[in-house]
Amino acid sequence: MTDVAGAAPDQMAPRGRPNILDLIRATEIDLRQFGMVVALVAIWIGLWYEKPGIISPVNFLTFSVQAAGTAILATGMVLVIVSRNIDLSVGSVVGFIGMSYAFLMANVFPATIGVNHPLAWVIALALGVLLGIIIGGIQGFLIAYLEIPSFVVTLGGLFLFRGLIWQLSGGTTIAPDDPTFVLIGGGPEGSLGGTLSWVFGIVICVAAVYLLVNSRRQRRRFGFPVRPMWAEVLIGAVAIVVVLGAVYTSNSYHWPAGLATQYALKHGIVEPPGGLQIEAGIPFPLVILIGVTIVMTFIATRRRFGRDIYAFGGNPQAAELAGIRTRWTVMKIFILMGILCAISGAIASARLNGGTLDLGTGYELYVIAAAVIGGTLFAGGVGSIPGAILGALVMQSLQYGLSFLQFNSPQINMVLAVVLVAVVGVDQWARRRAR
Amino acid sequence: MTTTTAAPLVELRNINVAFGGVHAVRDVSIDLRPGEVVGLVGGNGAGKSTLTKVLSGAQRADTGEILINGSPVEISNPRDAKGFGVETIYQTLALADNLDAPANLFLGRELTSRLGNLDDDQMEDATRKVMGRLNPNFQRFNMPVKSLSGGQRQAVAIARAVYFNAKILIMDEPTAALGPAETAQVRNLVRQLKADGIGIFLISHDIHDVYDLADRVSVMYHGRIVDTVKKETVTTDDILGMIILGKKPGEVTDTEREALELRG
Repeated sequence: MTDVAGAAPDQMAPRGRPNILDLIRATEIDLRQFGMVVALVAIWIGLWYEKPGIISPVNFLTFSVQAAGTAILATGMVLVIVSRNIDLSVGSVVGFIGMSYAFLMANVFPATIGVNHPLAWVIALALGVLLGIIIGGIQGFLIAYLEIPSFVVTLGGLFLFRGLIWQLSGGTTIAPDDPTFVLIGGGPEGSLGGTLSWVFGIVICVAAVYLLVNSRRQRRRFGFPVRPMWAEVLIGAVAIVVVLGAVYTSNSYHWPAGLATQYALKHGIVEPPGGLQIEAGIPFPLVILIGVTIVMTFIATRRRFGRDIYAFGGNPQAAELAGIRTRWTVMKIFILMGILCAISGAIASARLNGGTLDLGTGYELYVIAAAVIGGTLFAGGVGSIPGAILGALVMQSLQYGLSFLQFNSPQINMVLAVVLVAVVGVDQWARRRAR
Repeated sequence: MTTTTAAPLVELRNINVAFGGVHAVRDVSIDLRPGEVVGLVGGNGAGKSTLTKVLSGAQRADTGEILINGSPVEISNPRDAKGFGVETIYQTLALADNLDAPANLFLGRELTSRLGNLDDDQMEDATRKVMGRLNPNFQRFNMPVKSLSGGQRQAVAIARAVYFNAKILIMDEPTAALGPAETAQVRNLVRQLKADGIGIFLISHDIHDVYDLADRVSVMYHGRIVDTVKKETVTTDDILGMIILGKKPGEVTDTEREALELRG
């Protein structure tokens, strides 16, 4: 045997002159995801062309906070769909847990731990996550062990938890949340601030470069083929520009004058002429989304649990025969989804500073659409978390942009419907051609 | 025969499996020695696959005993079977089409770092080494196995058994989906594994496959073993007769033999 890796023919080697597709392939970037990034950029260029004012720091912040709620859920929905299941209950579960936060903080805490307890937000969050685990665990158990189809179980969940929201609240809005808890929802105060945002951005850049270098070194060590150097540098450079660009944009939004004045008074700062300029920075929901994306990608690609999910989705029988505990795997996916609902519910409730009856309504459809636009196949076994995030961003961009252009929400829904079906249609066509 | 005196690697005793009213396997006893290939033949629904599933943990026997190296064992799922060194190459290949070759090779038994993270590079390295032996031209290590040819997929399935040092190998129609060249490859591989002292149950429709590779042949008919014979003592026609008629060569009547010859 000669050295396998050394003798490896480069199967991607362009025949004749290199074209753009070969160059993209050399970077080993998923072509489909690359296409979605192009689509996303095109959408924003289109919106900017119609209304240049849409590209502004404040819009970037509002947009990212709005997108975070569904994007977080989409990361879990990918795994649910990859395992050949579906979760229709996420909207109602988000609403129910969101209402539970408000109920705890407005009705339970004042009588027990007192108003404005410093740990109120931690206790509320912990109980919310626990609730998510229980809900996900019960639904997952029914699906995995009692073999009731997930469509049926979670359709039941959709009705049940929407009903429980009414039971819990007595049919009214419950408010307010704890003032610290509210920061989870973003806003000028619910952000990292200027300095921390730069630190956060730089940490992410360093981590990204480290991952690239480490992966290359690993493959070298084993003598596997590696990406060309220019591709590595390009990927690293793009990542750094995007991250630092986002930080810069977030920091160019300053606190509104009134809020800044209040802050100055409270901390005994003399306001300079022209008012105190406080950089808002990265909003907490975006920080949470980034954290969830990293953790979920890690679970999906670097952990046995993730591998089991994909194996099960690709061939349930093979997974079973390989000795994978398939039922437990499926149950765990729904528990994970429950935890994500608790996180998303916290952001939703915090943004409203309370719980409303319609909190989370319709989320399930946006989330499923985001996963599907992101390349997740209902046949199972195929789907990626970055893809779903991109899908959520596409959905949210259209929604945000079109409402900025004064379209009403029924019109926006029609556009989203066409985009959803068109994307999946083009996808099918491309897959058939690739065969 | 080299090792007829050695203790059987595996013994299945009086195995019964029924699905509802259908008796798929009736009171079957069969054994396998190290370095031996036992061919299991029979028509559709004769119970070959069900019988081997009992050993591979995919199907529980209603009654009966499994002995490995002479001691009774409990095999209630595929994990148990793998624990006893029983590896199975299924007719349907049992590969996850959406995953690449290393992921399939290590399915359910992934290599991990100290922190429990998947060590994909280590797994790819091991896969490259094993596949280098089985199929030296194979290079598509990062492609979903869906995009591989039948022979390449079969090589991945076999690589699994080789890597995990199978002692007992069950091959269910290993050449059914393969072309002539690939079939020859698999045959060579079976001989190689046999020389390494692995015991192999070979299930096949292809009498010639079995006749070529097996030391003994067990013929199944409607859930029963008609007979287990040493290959040297029978012809392929004898085996064919047992498969179709469910009787030992001596028990076949003249009219039956004539009918068989007309069909053959």
